[in-house]
Parts: sequence; structure tokens; C-alpha cells
Amino acid sequence: MLRRTLLSTALAAATLPLLGGGARAQQQQQLYSSLHVFIPAGPGGGWDGLGRAIEQVARQAGLVGNFQFENVGGAGGTVGLPRFISQRRGREGSILVGGAVMVGSVLANKSPFGLKDVTPIARMTTEPGIIVVPAGSDIKDLQGFLDALKSNPGGTSVAGGSAGGIDHIVLGLLLKSQGRSAKEASYVAFAGGGPAQAAILGAQVKAGISGVSEFAEQIKAGRMRALATTGETRSLPDVPTLKESGIDITLGNWRGVFGPPGIKPETREGLVKFVTTLHGLPAWKEMMERQGWEDAFLPGEAFEAYLKRDEAATAEVLREIGLI
Amino acid sequence: MDAWSGLAFGFGNALTITNLGWALLGCFLGTAIGVLPGIGPALTIALLLPITFQVSATGAFILFCGVFYGAMYGGSTTSILLNTPGESGSIITALEGAKMARNGRAGPALVTAAVGSFIAGTIGTLGLSFLGPIVVELALKLGPAEYFSLMVLCFVTVSAVLGGSALRGLASLGLGLLIGLVGIDLQTGQPRLTFGIPELLDGIDVVLVAVALFAVGETLYLAWRHMEGKQEVREVGRLMMTKEDWKRSTGPWFRGALLGFPFGVMPAGGTEMPTMLSYYAERKLSKHPEEFGTTGAIEGVAGPEAANNAAAAGVLVPMLTLGLPTSATAAIMLSAFQSYGIQPGPLLFTSQGELVWTLIASLYIANIMLVVLNLPLVGLWARILKIPTPQLYAGILVFATIGTYGISNSVVDLMLLYGIGIIAMFMRRFEFPQAPVVIGMILGPMAEQAMRQALTISQGDWTTFVTRPVSLSILLLALLGLVGPRLWALAARRS
Repeated sequence: MLRRTLLSTALAAATLPLLGGGARAQQQQQLYSSLHVFIPAGPGGGWDGLGRAIEQVARQAGLVGNFQFENVGGAGGTVGLPRFISQRRGREGSILVGGAVMVGSVLANKSPFGLKDVTPIARMTTEPGIIVVPAGSDIKDLQGFLDALKSNPGGTSVAGGSAGGIDHIVLGLLLKSQGRSAKEASYVAFAGGGPAQAAILGAQVKAGISGVSEFAEQIKAGRMRALATTGETRSLPDVPTLKESGIDITLGNWRGVFGPPGIKPETREGLVKFVTTLHGLPAWKEMMERQGWEDAFLPGEAFEAYLKRDEAATAEVLREIGLI
Repeated sequence: MDAWSGLAFGFGNALTITNLGWALLGCFLGTAIGVLPGIGPALTIALLLPITFQVSATGAFILFCGVFYGAMYGGSTTSILLNTPGESGSIITALEGAKMARNGRAGPALVTAAVGSFIAGTIGTLGLSFLGPIVVELALKLGPAEYFSLMVLCFVTVSAVLGGSALRGLASLGLGLLIGLVGIDLQTGQPRLTFGIPELLDGIDVVLVAVALFAVGETLYLAWRHMEGKQEVREVGRLMMTKEDWKRSTGPWFRGALLGFPFGVMPAGGTEMPTMLSYYAERKLSKHPEEFGTTGAIEGVAGPEAANNAAAAGVLVPMLTLGLPTSATAAIMLSAFQSYGIQPGPLLFTSQGELVWTLIASLYIANIMLVVLNLPLVGLWARILKIPTPQLYAGILVFATIGTYGISNSVVDLMLLYGIGIIAMFMRRFEFPQAPVVIGMILGPMAEQAMRQALTISQGDWTTFVTRPVSLSILLLALLGLVGPRLWALAARRS
């Protein structure tokens, strides 16, 4: 930890004098003099991005004095999670940023700790999935894709992220909706978005599934054809959701904030108040727009109930694929 | 904007005092982190991401590109001097580079690496400016089947590093393949060889293994076998390259660059494969094959180092022309685009032409800055070798330990470093070559995934590798590489 802190301090010291002060937004009452943010992933990813965005907005608004970040990456969050649980149990002024990916990885890695062991504070953002085919494909719309899945699941190769991830789960649910089993999927897992996109652009596979933002620009440039998105509402104006096409699947890569286990009710209340205030700031709206995130704010108890449902649905598909 | 007017505009924009300052800062930071094993450009840029909230897009990207190119330069320095590669593209450089340094030729090795990096970086950047969109369309035609064949071709290069005994060499290769298996299998999500340790689920870092094999193993071996005996202080030797060195480096520089760039552009290419192929080619083409693996051949540094830098430039092609992140560094740079509200994709060149061309211009500038920054340092770096052996190796051990801990802050990684280091110590004692371990570890998992992806797409039909023309040609090339030299030798003996 020391090494990284030293490095980031050195980097910050090197760059800060050049930056000058950012514009001061309207000041809010300070809720925390210092907040510890635990990211169970390396710097630069989606959870890290959400954590840094919270820092940026909360600090400028004066909600929090200063932030400390701790990144412990690995295995979809299951390396960092136990460390957060053991080191921060019952302590105030500490949050964990995590999300949908962790639900799956906890199950698949048979991790002894899960999101049930931390305190849900709020779901902040979501990114629905999208199903695409190469621009030159003979599959024209969602129905064509579903027909292909129904008649020949083995011959309909679909590219996406690692096995058991959200993309794989979407494909599994689609197969189930057509009376097929998730096990029959011809799923080609790629490490990272680049190689997967390349395989779709080069028509090496029949179709692809990923987050909307990954493919949005390729669709705009006419290099991929979008069939459907997996959100509650449309993410792209001309692309229908699965729900409005009569398939009852809504799934998104949500990201949210958790507190340590065993905290007092008023500590939890404090954290919920913090994220609610943050979410209400105009600067937060701007930040989400700039980053291309969809708002999925769901605080406290409602988030806890949502988590339970999400976990059950994920477990069902993973079991059928044969992962757990 | 066509390429010429784009470049003219870009240079006009990049050559302001502020932007030059960002480039210089980036080059400096990049060189520094390239030297440290473990902390690579991806992690550094990730740590710098918060500045995107304050700095203009142009400034931030110039800084990031400086870090990216700088790390490629810095990575070779420790490979050569301390046999401790800073990032995966420099692993092959260590093979000959460290031997040259041990034989009093550290100066020429560092100079050929720096000049080669400059030449290859410039060729790569030229390729990015003028050929980018064409090359990337060709690269998209390659599917998993072709990648698998390419990796088979790269496996042929193992034969160049097997050493005296093929059996020992192949045993080393097997160890590398085994280490490569550790972690969650991408295609099925099942953990393999992780023994219930969560830290192993993401696999073992290849730089960690290279450092353990080369640096830690060597240090432990020396401590074990050379407890007494005379203290030798190594000769630093002359710093500049001789006329002969220049002559011997020129070919490898250009061949390495031409090999590296297309591999960088390929979405599943990367910097490791071209460095291996370049090493193999130079070893086969060299007029001094006896120097390879013994006193250290300058071609074996010049070629792979050039290939590494040209590939690094190539990685930027799919990122800028299609918005495809094909390496960890590119992925983080793309997320930086998003914090400016710029969606990187096929339209980036048209919608953000000014930014992209300024960035490309700053790459040329960074390249010149880096060679100017690094050449005078050669004398200073080479002086490290004047440190007496025990102190020098103690230093290397500390350095390797800190660098490894920097990757993940994980104690498990430290235990792996020393565990593999102890295995490497015995490997040295019983004369097992270490290079095949690294090659097996890099190529094994890539080849396995590509093969299984290809077979999923073909629904289990193995003929997919020979019915696709490009795949077949690469496989034939691999066959030629394997039996060609032997047939040649046979024919030569007959006549």
C-alpha cells in the first residue's frame, strides 16, 4: 500500500501546482471530514471510476473534507471484499464501491464472503446490455436472432466477456426464453472489450453481447446492427428493449455503494443521507452525463431487496450453465 | 483532414510550451516507471486519471502518451543491466542484453536499445499516421483460428532458446505452460490450479515470473554457489557503439520494427509475440550465432527492442481508428476519453480530428525527447555495474521485491516471487534454461484460448485451422521454421 500511496502522492504533487483550483460549486454542510473509499478492483475500471466521480463531486460541494482510496483488485472483487469486511467491520466513515459483476463472481468463485456480508447503501448507476450483429449479417432483427437461437443454438456463436459474466447470463436467459437450455449456448468468451469487438466487426462470430457504451459508437458508425437492449427503458432511441419485444428480461451492469458490516443504524442512515444528498446535486447529474452513465439511484432498504432478487436470478442461470 | 494537413495542424498544436511540458513530464514519469518492475504504464495512467477532471483533454493525452512511450524505453534499461524486465515486452531483451552487460558491453546494449526504440517508435508512429485505417481493416479479418496459428508459429521460436539439452529445454517449457494454466479459465469460468487461494484466481503475472526466474533465481544461485572466492568488479567497457555494432544493429532495427507494428495493430496481438519472432529471426540470420546465449549478441537486443516499440505504436491504431482497447493501457486511455465526454469509436478521427492529430504529433515529439533523455543517461546507468557483486545483487533483490509488491500489494505475490525464484535457482544449478518458461507462460494461455474460441465458433470442427487460407499459410510457415533449418543443414552436409 505504501508504495502506491507514495507514487500517487508524488504524481499528485507533480501535477497539482499546474492545475490551479477548480471552480468552487455552492458549499454544502460537511457530512464527513474524511471518507475512506475501498475499491475491490484496480485503478482505471468502472468501480474505480464511480469512486473517483463521487470524490470529485462531493469534495467540490464541500460534503466531504478529504478522501482516502484503497484499491485491492482481483477475481471480480472477491479478493478485496474479505479484506474490507475484516478491516472495516463496524467502523464509520468507510464505503465500498461494487456492483453486479461481484454478484456473479462471488457465486462462481464460491467466495466465503458475499454482498450479504456488507451493508447496502445505494445503487447509483447502471449500464444495460445490448445485443448486436455484424453490419453485414443476415440476421435483421431480434426475432431473427431468437429464431436462430431456437433452431440452431450451437451454430449461433455469440461473443462477450468472461464466462459466467453478465453477457453470458443475458444469452443464457434468452435461450431459456426460447425453450432452450443455457447450457446449449455457443458462447465465445474474450478477455476485454477490444478483442470481442474485433471479432464482431470482423464477422468472426454471429452476434455479440456487451454493455451499451461499448458498442454505441460502432452502431452509430454503421459497423454493427443493434437488435435490442436489456434495460427497463430504451438506452438508444431506435433500439427496442427486450421487455417491449415481449421478452421479460431486464438486466444491467449496476454499480453502487456499500458500508462495512456491523455498523450502527445511525451510521447507515448517515451514509444513505450522504449518497442521497450527492445524488441530488446538479454537479452529479453533469458528471453522469459526461461519463455516459444511466441513473439507477435506489437507496437503503429498496436496494437491499433488489440485491436479493438479483442474486437469486443470477444463481439460477449460473447453475443452469453449470458454473455453480 | 488528410494525414498531411492533420499532422501539420497537430504539430502546430503540440509545440506549445504547455503541451511540450506535458510531454516532457510524461516521458520522464514513463521512463521512471518503466524501470520499476511491476508498475507498468497501465497502472500509472490509471493513477493519473483523476487529472482528467482538471486538465484539458489535449494536455492529458499528451501526458498519457508520453508515459506509454517512456515506459517502453525504461523497461529495457533494467532488462539489460539487472536482468530484471520492467514490463512484458522487454522480457526477450533481457536474454541477450543481460549477457552483453555481464561481458562489459552494457553501453552498446543500452545505446542500441535506445536508438532502436527511437527508430521503431518513429516507424510505428508513421504507420499510425499514414497506414492506420488500412492495416486495421486487414487485422479485423483475422479470427481466433488465425491467432492460434500465429501462436503456433511463435512456439517455433522456443527452439532458439532451448539450450544444449532439448529435454531440459522442453521441461522448462512445460513448467511455463503449467504456470500459465493457473487462474479462472476464461471460456468456462472454472478455477484451475488455484488451490483455494483467491489471489491466484486472476492467474500469475508474467512479469513477476520473469523477474523471479531471471533476477531472483540468479541472485539466490550466486549466494548459494559463490560464498567465497575473489571479488570481481565488472568492467563497464566502452559506452558508445562501435562501427561494427552500428552495422550489426541496423538490419535488426528495421526488421524488428516491421515485424512489431502489424502485431501491435492486431486486436489480439500485443508486444510479446513480435519480440519472440524477432529474436528468433535475428538468431537465425546473424553472422555471429556463437555470441547468442554466450557473450550476448547485439542483434538480439536491437531486434526485439525495436519490435517492442513498434508494437506499442501499433496498439494505438485500433484504439484511435476503431475505439478498440486491445491492451490494458489502451483500455484505460479510452476510459479517459470518456471522462471528457468523448465516445471513442470509428468516428473519432472525424469528430475529434484536432485532438487525435495533436496526440499523434506529440508521439513524434515524445520519441525525440525520449532518445535525447535516455542517451546521456547510458553512462550513468552503466555505472551501476561498478557496484561489487554482493551489493549489486542485494540491490536487485530489494528492487524486485518492491516492484512486485507494487503490482497488487499482495503478500501472495511476494511468496510466488521467492518460490519461483528458488525453483529458478535449482534450474540454474542443473542447467535448465529459463527463457522457455516465460515463452510457455505467455504463449500457452493465449494459444489455448484462441484454439477454444476457434473451436466454439466452428462447432468443434478441427479442420477450421487448415481450411481458412491465412491460418493454413501461417501453419505452413511454422512448419518451415521448424524443419527448414534442419533440412538446410542436411543438404549442406550432403554437398
